[in-house]
Amino acid sequence: MDGGVGLLNYGIFLATLIGIYGIVTLGLNVQWGYTGMFNLGIGAFFAVGAYITAIATSDPSPSHLGGFGLPTVAGVILAMIGTGLLGLAICLVTITLRTDYLAIATIGIAEIVRLGLKNEGWLTAGVRGIAGIPRPVEGLVPGFDALTYLGVVLAALLLVYLAIERLYRAPWGRVLRAIRENELAAQAAGKNVVQFRIEAFVIGSMAMGLGGALYAHFVTFISPEAFRSEFATFLVWVMLIAGGSGNNRGAVVGAVLIWVIWSGTELITGRLPEDWVTRAGALRVLMIGVLLQVILLTRRQGVLPERPPRPIDE
Amino acid sequence: MITIDQVSRHFGGIRAVDDCSFNIQAGSITGLIGPNGAGKTTLFGMLAGFIKPTAGRILLDGRNVAGFAPHRLFHLGLVRTFQIPHEFAEMTTLENLMVVPPRQAGERVGQAWVRWGRVRDQERAVRARAEEVLAFLNLTAVRDERAGRLSGGQKKLLELGRTMMTDARVVLLDEPGAGVNRTLLAEITRAIQALNVKRGYTFCIIEHDMDMIAELCHPVVVMAQGRVLASGSMTEIRKDPRVVEAYLGGMIDPEPASGGAAS
Ligand SMILES: Nc1ncnc2c1ncn2[C@@H]1O[C@H](COP(=O)(O)OP(=O)(O)O)[C@@H](O)[C@H]1O
Ligand SMILES: [Mg+2]
Repeated sequence: MDGGVGLLNYGIFLATLIGIYGIVTLGLNVQWGYTGMFNLGIGAFFAVGAYITAIATSDPSPSHLGGFGLPTVAGVILAMIGTGLLGLAICLVTITLRTDYLAIATIGIAEIVRLGLKNEGWLTAGVRGIAGIPRPVEGLVPGFDALTYLGVVLAALLLVYLAIERLYRAPWGRVLRAIRENELAAQAAGKNVVQFRIEAFVIGSMAMGLGGALYAHFVTFISPEAFRSEFATFLVWVMLIAGGSGNNRGAVVGAVLIWVIWSGTELITGRLPEDWVTRAGALRVLMIGVLLQVILLTRRQGVLPERPPRPIDE
Repeated sequence: MITIDQVSRHFGGIRAVDDCSFNIQAGSITGLIGPNGAGKTTLFGMLAGFIKPTAGRILLDGRNVAGFAPHRLFHLGLVRTFQIPHEFAEMTTLENLMVVPPRQAGERVGQAWVRWGRVRDQERAVRARAEEVLAFLNLTAVRDERAGRLSGGQKKLLELGRTMMTDARVVLLDEPGAGVNRTLLAEITRAIQALNVKRGYTFCIIEHDMDMIAELCHPVVVMAQGRVLASGSMTEIRKDPRVVEAYLGGMIDPEPASGGAAS
């Protein structure tokens, strides 16, 4: 973290992370909200995206593969391709199985990635992590690096939002909703259900990889410790469900809401008596869980429920 | 057009379809009748690719298509409806139809991103076609209703409507008249005849309503216990002692009065 001297800096820091989580939540919305595909390995996709760009863009180092010193843009694109391929691989492995098995497969991948980051030192430098990941817009506007990078993240968020929202409104999104509602009928309507599911899962994975890559370039140092993967997975799920599964604006709103509250719980647990401190993490998760309950009790479909898209031809 | 050649499907010990053979002639409206559990729906499932045959061949225009995926058969012009309507419940009636046309540009991710103009133009055409089908089926009033809220009869019509949203060649209708009132039934019958004459659809229809079968179908194939028992015109079938026995020993009566009772 780059300090947090003033409130403004803290705000910029918060907003950047919200933007990054927003992108990941949009990715999950394509998988779960549009298609009903369960992903319990979100953190793993995020980590893989971060590590790919870290290896691609950092300067050569004896402690891990590369770095290859590539431009940031190339690293980010590679990260998206890599996570897309990872998503594809998971789909292909589970293709003949029912969708529930996909969830189990994603847990498996999360575990493999977690172990891989720690133990495959030649690739990831193990627990030491990768440092010196470049910040792409450093010095572009002297003195405003954090703000400029926030701009980059928000631009990426907007692009992902537009791309994904367009797909939702297009016949593509209609087919996915149809598959989610009645798979047999979708087959009877001539749709290649497997292919559409794969497309949705891969696109969602790529968004998660993009989020991870932007995170790496934001914090400039990543290590297995920095990725409490199950925890990222949990938060992103809460963001989507609280915000409104199936609704892209809801996904972004959920990211804002939950991240702000999540950060707020840190302030609360920070004031706890000392013998509670070890339980702070669990308490925060508990608080988020309670919050989710409250949201779902009052607004069962989240803050912004799914709505049928406006017609595109009027 | 379709040749069913010694097709079987077993579920564990049950021989749902057992060494079944008959033809569906191009341009015909072939009736498929038989008591409940005769294997008719299972046979449809195999013809449309939803169920893999245990044995046998299914020839479509001379090519063995047994075991093809449903979407592949759909693209070859073979469309089915379900005995129990399968609608997209949370989507509108209109959307239920608009989803059907194959090869929409906007179903491809790349096209949706970079050829939005084209996607929109196509969408207009798809919508126009769906509106036509709705008008034809007298469903325009429920155009924007969620399909899950339609009546049973309207859902049946929607099933039929789906087959009209593509350039089908063979349409398999599984009990289009079940649970439908007389007026609606007459409408469905009229729709089927019109599609057969005007669009040249070949039909195969499973139905318990003997009036409807007699009015629409020639030939009629009778199945019982997974096998073909008899086939021919309705008059021939009615006289066939084996058929009478299968029905008397079975669950329904081939006479019109009680025909609609079974499902
Ligand atoms: N998926 C299945 N699993 C086990 N048995 C089945 C299955 N589908 C159908 N059957 C059995 O196969 C037989 C034929 O069923 P079906 O094809 O639905 O008959 P019909 O449509 O002529 O009434 C019945 O005995 C039914 O119980
Ligand atoms: Mg049946």
